[in-house]
This record gives sequence, C-alpha cells and structure tokens, in this order.
Amino acid sequence: MKWDVLAQPDNLALYGEGIVTTLGLLCSSLLVGGVLALLMAIALTQRWAWLRGLVGIYTYVFRGTPLLIQVYLIYYGLGQLEWIQARWDEVWPWTYFKDPAFCAVLALSLNTAAYTAEMLAGAIRETNPGEIEAAQAFGMSHWQVMWHVILPSALRRSLPAYGNEVVMMLQTTSLASAVPSLIDLTSAASRVYAKFYLPFEAYLFAALIYLLMTFTLSGFFKLLENRYLAFSAPRSSTG
Amino acid sequence: MGFDAVSGYYFSILQGSLISVAVALTSLAIAVVLGLLAAVARLSHHRPSVYMATAYTTVMRGIPELVLMLLVFYGGTMGLNELLKWLGSSSSVDINPFAAGTLTLGVIYGAYMSETFRGAILAIPAGQAEAAHAFGMGKWQLFFRIILPQMVRYALPGFSNNWLVLIKATALVSLIGLHDMTYMAKQASAATRQPFVFLLFTALLFLLFTSLSLWGLRKLNNKYSLGSKRVILL
Repeated sequence: MKWDVLAQPDNLALYGEGIVTTLGLLCSSLLVGGVLALLMAIALTQRWAWLRGLVGIYTYVFRGTPLLIQVYLIYYGLGQLEWIQARWDEVWPWTYFKDPAFCAVLALSLNTAAYTAEMLAGAIRETNPGEIEAAQAFGMSHWQVMWHVILPSALRRSLPAYGNEVVMMLQTTSLASAVPSLIDLTSAASRVYAKFYLPFEAYLFAALIYLLMTFTLSGFFKLLENRYLAFSAPRSSTG
Repeated sequence: MGFDAVSGYYFSILQGSLISVAVALTSLAIAVVLGLLAAVARLSHHRPSVYMATAYTTVMRGIPELVLMLLVFYGGTMGLNELLKWLGSSSSVDINPFAAGTLTLGVIYGAYMSETFRGAILAIPAGQAEAAHAFGMGKWQLFFRIILPQMVRYALPGFSNNWLVLIKATALVSLIGLHDMTYMAKQASAATRQPFVFLLFTALLFLLFTSLSLWGLRKLNNKYSLGSKRVILL
C-alpha cells in the first residue's frame, strides 16, 4: 500500500476537483429534478386521466430503464441525430448538448424527477381527507387547498423517503464518470488508478469520501426531520 | 449499411441480454443469502454479530456500486497476483468480470435486502415464535418452518423494489468489460455510428425485463397474501 501517493498535491487537487464536480452534479440535478417532480406529482393527482396517463408513462419508462442507458442516450444518442447536430453550433438551446456536464445533469434530473414525482404523488394521495374537507369548508378553491394544505403536509411527510432518494442520487452521480471529459469523484479515482496502478488506494479513498458525504447528507436529513416532522414524533411520557 | 449487418447487431444485443439476466440472477442469489445472514445477525443477541452486520449494511449502502465494482475488479486482480507472487508462482491471472460484477452487486444488494428482511422478521407477531418454542422447536426449525414462510409476505414489496433496482444496476458490468447488453449496444453504436437506435433497443429490453418482473412479482404477492385482510383507505 502506498497511501503517500494520494498526498501528492496534484492528486489531492484531482480528488478535490472530483468532489466539486460530484457535488455540483448532485445539487443541480436535485434542483432541476425537484421542480420537475413537484409539477409531475401535482399532475399525477389531478382529475384529468390523459395528464395522469402521460406523466405515468414518463415515470414508468424512466424508472424502468438504467440511468447508464439514459446517460448514453442523451450524450451519444441525441448528439448523433443530424437534426440536433445541425443546430448545436448556434441555435439555443441545442448548443448545450455539446457540453458533457449539461448532458449528465439532464439525465440525472430526468431520472430523479421520475422517482421523486411518484414518491410525492403517493404522499399527496395519502393526505388525511379530513384536512381537505376542512379546507373546502373554509371555502378554499382547488388550487388553494393544494398550495396551503396538501403540499405543505405532503412535502413534510415525504421527507424521510426523499432523504433516501438524495443519498441514492449522490451515489448515482458516479455514473457521470461514464461521460468522458467529466471529472467527478469516481473518474478522479480512475485517473489516479490509471496513472499509478494503485487500485486499492485510489478507489478506497474515493469510497471513503462518498461514505463521509453519505453520512453528512443522512445527518442533515435527520435534522430536517426533527425540525419539520416534530409534530408526528411520539410524545414522551414526561410531556 | 446492409440489412444483415444491422440485424446482426440487434442479435448480439439479444445475446448480451442473456448475460445481463445471468448477472442479475446470480447477484440476486448472493444478495438473498447475505441479506438473510445479515438480518438474522442484526436481530441476534450476540453483540459482535450485531455490530458487524450493522457496519456491513451501513457501509455498503454508502458507497456507489460503480466505485466498489472498479475496486473489486482492478483491486482484486492486483491482490490475486500479489498473492500468487507471494506463494512463489510466476503466473499472473485476471479476475473474471462476471465474478467481480456479480460479487459486487450481490454484496451491495445484500445490504439492501437485509434491511427488507429485518423489517419482515420484525413484522411477524412475537407470539408465533413463542408458540414454536412452546412446541419444543429448535432455533433452526423455528427459522425454516415458522419465520421464513411468513416473512415472504412482508418482505415481497421491498424485495420487488430491490430486484428492480438490481436489474438496472447490471448495466454497470459493461464498464468492466463484461459483454452484457449495454456493452453490446455500445459496440454496435461505435461500429455503425448510429447509437440512438441501438441504445433505444437496449432500453426497451430493460423495460421488458422490469415489466415482466413487476407482473410476476404481483402474481407472487397475490399468492402469498391470500387470507390476509386488505384495508382500503379513502
């Protein structure tokens, strides 16, 4: 074992760049995916069957195929279509498809949106009917009930499941290393491995960093749960 | 591009799909065995077993599959060769990507399975185990005759979820050079410079596998929840 190789400044810098890219991928895809998921979850719980069907097909397809294939389809597949190639030099928004980071974020966002939408839709459907009836009795409109009553409660209740999804997403960002020229934490480890032929040191170090990030994220969500789910915690006998 | 050449690529992807299924099923077998062992260890009253099983499930669920797979594949090869050198052999070996892939996926999904199994065992009313003890059943009889048959019902939903994630995770073995359907699709894409159709075909195959699994697991769920009351809310 030659752990001291990892301490060389340029290797540490490589891992640092990897961490920044991984966190950047995670945050941007959670942000874009979260907004999409919220819209789709609302669509999934509306009266219009065609809308539910459409969004249902989307979530079914994205949850039924591997993220790696989705990344390849966006990065290699779309980029090879002549229609897009004819436009990606000047016409906005197709210019983005030349950027590997954009392709990775797009694939990750579309993927997490599908999972999160189903999760949120489940929480919306499980809202206590009494709360909705009370809101209606106050004369609230359909969207007022959604915005003031259903969503605040559904978002809180899906917090534990969402915490799991975020941790899963952190790990899925490692698939971005399949996109060449994007240096996330996993590709940083692969580069160090290829350069020094030290698989244990290179990958174990990356695994350790992922583990620390996972613990930090889970701890953060525990704090959020303590804060936002305090109303549902069991009351202690001392009051 | 002739028609035969193109259909040949589709055929090679179909052949690759057999490897994907083999990887998925082998990993599942490893995961179920490890999951059961870890679940029983965590529920035992033996402190070291509890700590070891907890450490296993916590660590394995915090490391990306890909990183562990690369570690096992590249690190395993190097470790084996070091071992051979140490034993005085001059030959070198390469670790088989199938073994590295299934081992990694099996160990990781074993951790997820153990959480599912643990919940299922806890869901069985304690009276069942007490009754079995009262009948003079030993530990093993209790586990195989009372606990195992009853936990299937409670474990099936979580098991189904893990299996669906596992099928999709098999795509990762293409990155360590196993010729599964994702690998074959990439090969076909590179050769024909038409990635879109081949990748879409592979995605559809995955969708077919996940849909078939969902259908089969629903049947199984109906069979195992016979006689249990279903509560319908709203």
